[in-house]
Amino acid sequence: MSAAAGTRGTPLVRLQFSLPTIHCPACLNKIESRLREMPGLHWARVNLSMKRLTVEGAVAADEVLGVVSDLGFEAYPLDPAALENSADRTGRDLLLRLAVAGFAMMNVMLLSVAVWSGATGATRDLFHLISAAIAVPVVVYSGQPFFRNAWRALSVRRLNMDVPISLAIVLATGMSLWESLQSGPHAYFDAALSLTFFLLIGRYLDHRTRSSARSAAQELAALEEQSCTRLQGQEMETVPINEISVGDTLLVACGMRVPVDGELISDLAVLDRSLLTGESEACTILKGADVQAGVVNLSRPLQLRATAIGEDTFLRRVAALVATAENNRNSYTALADRAAKIYAPAVHILALLALLGWWFVTSDMRIALNIAIAVLIITCPCALGLAVPSVNIAAVGRLFRAGFLVKHATALERLAEADYAVFDKTGTLSAPDVSLAKNVPMAAQRVCLALAQNSNHPLSRALARNLSHIEPARLDQIVETAGEGMTAHWQGMPVALGRPGDLATLSLQIGPDSYPVQVREKPRPGAHQALAGLDMPAELVSGDLQKATEDFGREMGLPVRAQTGPEAKVARLKELKDLGHRVLMVGDGLNDTAALAAAHVALAPASALDASRSAADVILLKEDLSQVPLMIRVARAAGRLSKQNFAIAAAYNCIAIPIALAGFATPLMAAIAMSVSSLTVLLNSQRIRGLK
Amino acid sequence: MNVLVILIPVSLLLGGLGLAAFIWSVRSGQYEDDQGNAARILFDE
Repeated sequence: MSAAAGTRGTPLVRLQFSLPTIHCPACLNKIESRLREMPGLHWARVNLSMKRLTVEGAVAADEVLGVVSDLGFEAYPLDPAALENSADRTGRDLLLRLAVAGFAMMNVMLLSVAVWSGATGATRDLFHLISAAIAVPVVVYSGQPFFRNAWRALSVRRLNMDVPISLAIVLATGMSLWESLQSGPHAYFDAALSLTFFLLIGRYLDHRTRSSARSAAQELAALEEQSCTRLQGQEMETVPINEISVGDTLLVACGMRVPVDGELISDLAVLDRSLLTGESEACTILKGADVQAGVVNLSRPLQLRATAIGEDTFLRRVAALVATAENNRNSYTALADRAAKIYAPAVHILALLALLGWWFVTSDMRIALNIAIAVLIITCPCALGLAVPSVNIAAVGRLFRAGFLVKHATALERLAEADYAVFDKTGTLSAPDVSLAKNVPMAAQRVCLALAQNSNHPLSRALARNLSHIEPARLDQIVETAGEGMTAHWQGMPVALGRPGDLATLSLQIGPDSYPVQVREKPRPGAHQALAGLDMPAELVSGDLQKATEDFGREMGLPVRAQTGPEAKVARLKELKDLGHRVLMVGDGLNDTAALAAAHVALAPASALDASRSAADVILLKEDLSQVPLMIRVARAAGRLSKQNFAIAAAYNCIAIPIALAGFATPLMAAIAMSVSSLTVLLNSQRIRGLK
Repeated sequence: MNVLVILIPVSLLLGGLGLAAFIWSVRSGQYEDDQGNAARILFDE
């Protein structure tokens, strides 16, 4: 697709974006019809369920992002290569097996109803044989996920939930086949199939919960530089990052992120280090100073000599640190696994006791085996297999609608246990606020808006948003000089918006007059509601300076710790953990990454660095923080409902097992009990959807 | 009861058709966006 050349010389590309704030068909229509007017764009389609936009055409990602955000929607680019890889084969495979099992179950159930309602003799045998002809191949095909897992567990001499499941399915099918050939009265084909069907539902839901969210999180490609500009003498060339070697001279344009660690060659540079250190103020460095990969250049284009590349950069070293820390989290045992550990041996022992007991009493192996299989089928954890996955998928769906992406399988359970919250400041609770002073004349404000609107610089965009209630002035000869700002003519007078003389302060120049542009921090939208709704102690741990942190903490009503580096943040989390707290960490920067990985559970905004997002369990897709308390409520409700589901399954077993042990269980009873308990559990899980 | 010899294959065939239709609809991605598709029919363009 990318090989074909577009109309404007740009190659045809297919781009995907995440649109977390769209919620209704009107949004869909608005975005699609606006994009259709875009030159060079061939095709655009919004997926409302997944909140994604796919476009095709000769356009750049920035242009599409600009159009969509001008309509008032947040948009984040997704990595198309990651999307290709994440095509959900396992999920589709499970769904097909599920469909086949469902089809077979319904047909065999029809035949079984005829048998239960009194078919005898040759008719019953014929029905049993037809059932066998349908059931045996379907069990072989649809049961494979269970058989494979069971074999994997057995081959390392362990028991998992799939062992009793496989045993029940295989034994029920084998025994029924034998009974049918012997013209016996009872066949459990329908039970074997409905067992497969219901458990496949659980397996499919479980898979959906785990994989879709996880891959989506990976797809949220950060705007990390994939290529950069290398200087060779006076020649400039664009090269992929992995081709840079130590000692190369690189050029970093204004607003771009520095791709590798290096040493500054230019005389002076103004850098935004907020993602690395949490500092909200831009910092100015001089020739010869170290520049770390990941900082954003705010001044005119800077030159640097690469000193560390690839895996050696500071950014990657921290990311690697996180990867090792993350393994600790995988040792957390999920509720379902804890239940399975008790349940699997119990089922086997019970079935074996039934077999031995009845064999001892009747000395008839056939009766004993029949009863043992009935026990195995009835105790088989249909409802148990659905208890957690059905709640989790409903909860993850609920959270997705609220703007959260749950990417770790046990995140909900750990989230429900959280009892202390630690927030980062810059980029997490606060956002940059760019504004003119109050007393600036209206005409100047109009000029300012007109200048800001013509620039794609993040600060200009923030400024334009703040001034969007007024009309822009008419300007001529608008020129954007990278690193210096915008210049133009207004009523014959030169006007400019930018950083004059490489200073760290922004200002607006109109003829001889100069007005300062203030860059301050304001709380992120919804931050106040989020903190007010949080029913646990919280604190602010920031890498920023004491004064800035204290001021902000006072505004938010939070206790603060300022100037905490990455290690200090981790140490603080350890301290809280030793006090018995289970900490929810919310952060976005590189300096939070280690803390995110060390916390009991972690939340990161979508704007966070790659490394931070991969260390977090939950990603907040929206700008607005106000739903954070809802996230915790949903997680707690999910835990409650899972336990309720276990209780329902256990209650049903308490009634059914004695009946099966006593030898009164018929295939009809097993079928009714199995479907009723599974449906109860499925319906109970749906209650989470209405949670407010 | 001889009618069963015809009816059972017929019912299996019909069920099989339903299964095939479902598999086709999954493979052609018709469940990718149920909310969006439900609304698209209402747009007049």
